[in-house]
Amino acid sequence: MALDKNGIAKRIAQELRDGWYVNLGIGIPTLVANFIPEGIEVEFQSENGVLGMGPFPFEGEEDADLINAGKQTITVQKGAAFFDSSMSFAMIRGQHVQLTVLGAMEVSQSGDIANWKIPGKMVKGMGGAMDLVASAENIIVAMMHTNRENESKILKECTLPLTGAGCVKRVVTELAVLEIKDNKFHLIERAPGVSVEEIVSKTQGDLVVPEVVPEMQL
Amino acid sequence: MNKVVKNVEDALTGIESGMTLMLGGFGLCGIPENSIQQLVKLGVKDLTCISNNAGVDDFGLGLLLQQKQIKKMISSYVGENAEFERQMLSGELIVDLIPQGSLAERCRAGGAGIPAFFTPAGYGTEVAEGKEVRIFNGKPHILESALTADFAIVKAWKGDTEGNLVFKATARNFNPMMAMAGKITIAEVEELVPAGELDPNFIHTPGIFVQRIFKGEKFEKRIEQRTVRKNN
Repeated sequence: MALDKNGIAKRIAQELRDGWYVNLGIGIPTLVANFIPEGIEVEFQSENGVLGMGPFPFEGEEDADLINAGKQTITVQKGAAFFDSSMSFAMIRGQHVQLTVLGAMEVSQSGDIANWKIPGKMVKGMGGAMDLVASAENIIVAMMHTNRENESKILKECTLPLTGAGCVKRVVTELAVLEIKDNKFHLIERAPGVSVEEIVSKTQGDLVVPEVVPEMQL
Repeated sequence: MNKVVKNVEDALTGIESGMTLMLGGFGLCGIPENSIQQLVKLGVKDLTCISNNAGVDDFGLGLLLQQKQIKKMISSYVGENAEFERQMLSGELIVDLIPQGSLAERCRAGGAGIPAFFTPAGYGTEVAEGKEVRIFNGKPHILESALTADFAIVKAWKGDTEGNLVFKATARNFNPMMAMAGKITIAEVEELVPAGELDPNFIHTPGIFVQRIFKGEKFEKRIEQRTVRKNN
């Protein structure tokens, strides 16, 4: 069965490593913080100026001066630090953040990502996404395999304006874990109970399928 | 040097139609809300506003958009403002959307006397159109220029009569860089204290960057997304 959003987050959380600083984008990526594997320590960076982000506050303890990049009220962990936007992006551009997880509207087999604009319809802006994808060494895209019209979002070439070119190496969807290499998608894992045929039929880009495709262990 | 002005009216003296303003804040967090309301009262028009976001429909820079006082916005993310999106898609408002890190660094550069810098952000996207590209360490970068403003308007938690500023939590965001990049920088603060009360070890923005400081009359500090967990 296809994963729900929490399932995607849970699978991505398995990629976390002890000692990493991690930037989580808005949407599914935010949920990754709920599934940190036991025995490892990671710290979450939010580009609006906090390192050591904690869970949402208890009711009545919200502080208008303490939010994440999604403008949600948050708390901080012991040992947290605040800083300005310039220093925040110094952390990001300077590759001091080990992992970036973000959402996408489309990804291509060359590692392009589009997630900020639908010409003539929706223009919200790129926020920090362009800085993040241009600089991060390790980017995981969390997204749905198809759009509402059931058209693939895993493409040979992106049709929407790009956020970054040739930067995505790993994609986790409700159906599969894909790796991008040599201008192709490679099927690494499938969601429990999801057939290889289904993944192939919903992937428009070139997909390399090995003989055995293991199921995700969640 | 005493930078204190009596109130928001005195603080915003000299702001005229057609000027370029920088306004601190991320979403509604750390915005100079008293000054924004005063800009509405002043009725100045054709403003170019440099601000990470554009407020919401009825708060923050949304108030200036409603009155059609803004000609051009330079921002990174404007997703929470329906009026903004309407004015932009209809062509009434000129919008320059730039990556958030580039926006921050362009303000910092403007205040730091660095005319331009190379960054990888935006390479291969429409942000790079018309910009010089250079390869450093095998990776393409684009040339981004510094930003300055006629007035920078920032909001701090505490300030002293010398203009030294301390910000609280994530309300710091763009305020320190914008304070550096204004020809005249106005700081509105929640607490205004005599010189000597703030520990010099913990000043975020030194007073040299601030020309006018005043205590804001009222801070609503609206929360955009109130997210909580249940008490056990």
